[in-house]
Amino acid sequence: MNLRHINRLFAAAALSLLAGCTGENKPAEQAGAVPAAAVSLNGAGASFPAPVYQSWTYTYSQARGPKVSYQSVGSGAGLNQIKEGTIDFAGSDNPLTTEQLTNAGLAQLPMLTGGVVVIVNLPGVADGQLRLSRENLADLFLGKITKWNDARIAAANPGLALPDLAVTVVHRADASGTSFIFTNYLTKISPEWKEKVGCGSSVKWPVGIGGQKNPGVCNSVAKVSGSIGYTEYTYAVEAKLAMAQLPSQKGTFLKPSIETFSACVANADWLGAPSFYLVLTDQPGDNSWPITGVTYILFRKDAAPEKKQALFQYLNWCLDEGPASARQLNYVPLPKNVAELIKKNVLK
Amino acid sequence: MPRTDLLFRSLCGLAATLIALLLCCLCGQLLLSSLGLWRHTGLAFLASCDWNPVTDQYGALPPIVGTLLTTAIAMAIALPLAFAAALFLTDAPPALATPLGHAIDLLAAIPSVIYGMWGLFVLAPLMQRHVQPLLRGLPGCNEEGNGFGLLTAGVILAIMILPYICAIMRDVFAMTPPMLREAAYGLGCTRWEASWDIILRYGIRGLLGGAFIGLGRALGETMAVMFVIGNVMSLPKSLFSGSATIASTLANNFAEASGLQRSALFALGLLLLILCLTIQIIAQYYLNASRNRRGEQ
Repeated sequence: MNLRHINRLFAAAALSLLAGCTGENKPAEQAGAVPAAAVSLNGAGASFPAPVYQSWTYTYSQARGPKVSYQSVGSGAGLNQIKEGTIDFAGSDNPLTTEQLTNAGLAQLPMLTGGVVVIVNLPGVADGQLRLSRENLADLFLGKITKWNDARIAAANPGLALPDLAVTVVHRADASGTSFIFTNYLTKISPEWKEKVGCGSSVKWPVGIGGQKNPGVCNSVAKVSGSIGYTEYTYAVEAKLAMAQLPSQKGTFLKPSIETFSACVANADWLGAPSFYLVLTDQPGDNSWPITGVTYILFRKDAAPEKKQALFQYLNWCLDEGPASARQLNYVPLPKNVAELIKKNVLK
Repeated sequence: MPRTDLLFRSLCGLAATLIALLLCCLCGQLLLSSLGLWRHTGLAFLASCDWNPVTDQYGALPPIVGTLLTTAIAMAIALPLAFAAALFLTDAPPALATPLGHAIDLLAAIPSVIYGMWGLFVLAPLMQRHVQPLLRGLPGCNEEGNGFGLLTAGVILAIMILPYICAIMRDVFAMTPPMLREAAYGLGCTRWEASWDIILRYGIRGLLGGAFIGLGRALGETMAVMFVIGNVMSLPKSLFSGSATIASTLANNFAEASGLQRSALFALGLLLLILCLTIQIIAQYYLNASRNRRGEQ
């Protein structure tokens, strides 16, 4: 009698436990309109768009629930990790070709664009005053112009008092997408650069010293008078460094600004580029900033369906709701028609 | 032997073997990961100056030279300073020796990244404006400096290894039997003679030990050097030239490297390990030799 009683008690307890479990499950199922709530997404890669991605992942996790994270580890490291399958999406500044994408089983879409600017530290020369022609820029980075009062620079800058200072070139010491974009431009404008150095995320720099990441380059330029370097626009603005004017493809000198970056992005041939493979350096258009970069998101085509669905929801949200906060951080979002095209073709 | 002793002995033996095994595994792993480069470039890797990721050519000479030169500069500055400081502190009145000793010890506790930041923000501009113009024209200084480079990195390293060397020297000097020192003064020795002939002779092994600890740290230091050395992969023309060390090259490039570049970096790591081991072996050998010469047990 006693035993049976206990047995019954256990059975009841077990039943109620079961009921409790299913009961707890119910709200989650009802929230099934957003099944992604339980999925967490991990991303890693380029440091160039990292400030925007970090703000997006925070806002999205707060508003929609799924936990999304982004680690700024560098484009190359991000690509390696997505190929290994240790992360759900990667950020990269150098796009992959269609062939590379197919071989690795990846898909890519552009997410943001931004400008790479030339920064200088010259006593007596304020922001936006110095004009550097295409030849001057290449010769400075090739080490062929070694003094700032060189006649070749003076020719493009009538009326500007250039100091008698040695030129110190500052470049990135670590491999970086920013270097890729910058050397891609130098390769396009200077046959000598193309032959001697070439384009890559790290190259054999003919002259100069290396700084760590964008902030390191900015710091070195800020500390060494007579220095010239390149960095992503946001970092130059934050460090209050003097930026140089560069010529458009037709030779009009332009100041770096969101307007000239946007002009470049708007003029690009997005629809004709296979897999959105675009490097926006030396683009046509009278108002197009010559060194503009596109940063990409890559994901695995063979990802688990629920991960993929969650990722697509997140990326759709980025394309719809993201642009406002990107503009606040001095990045240029994609044109509307390109965003629509990506949503239709890639995120389906 | 009782059973517990046997157990204890084998446990200790296991722990000791494990360390040796770890070192072997480390060497093996580095060798295995760098095989691609050794097959591709061979020993020419050690003598080539070309480090070009675009054409996939790698040469290790610039970082090797940079590592050895910065370490040499650091030792040249730190050794006499540490020696003088340690000599002074062993004889100074405690009211002075204690706070000064603590201050030097505190230097050792500062993380290297802080030294790097200080080097970038304070030392590099200082070198560009004041030190490099002053030294200009001396042998090895025939270049316009920009504040970064070998000399700046050497100075930072010197400051970083100084407390280690000084602390060990101080301990060794303090162990000199008072009787010997008092006898020396009693014979009419000057302070210098007592220090040089008695204290230094007595503590020579500790002194060398301290120097080698500093040397080991200077060879492998990464963060602080990375900030100020300039990270240039070519042979230096002068002490003001930008350069690179093995450790800084690894830290700068590892995250983004793949293929042959990755195995070149592993090969550099192997070289650094071999360099450190060689120096340790030479140090041990030298210490033994000097002990035999002086007839110590």
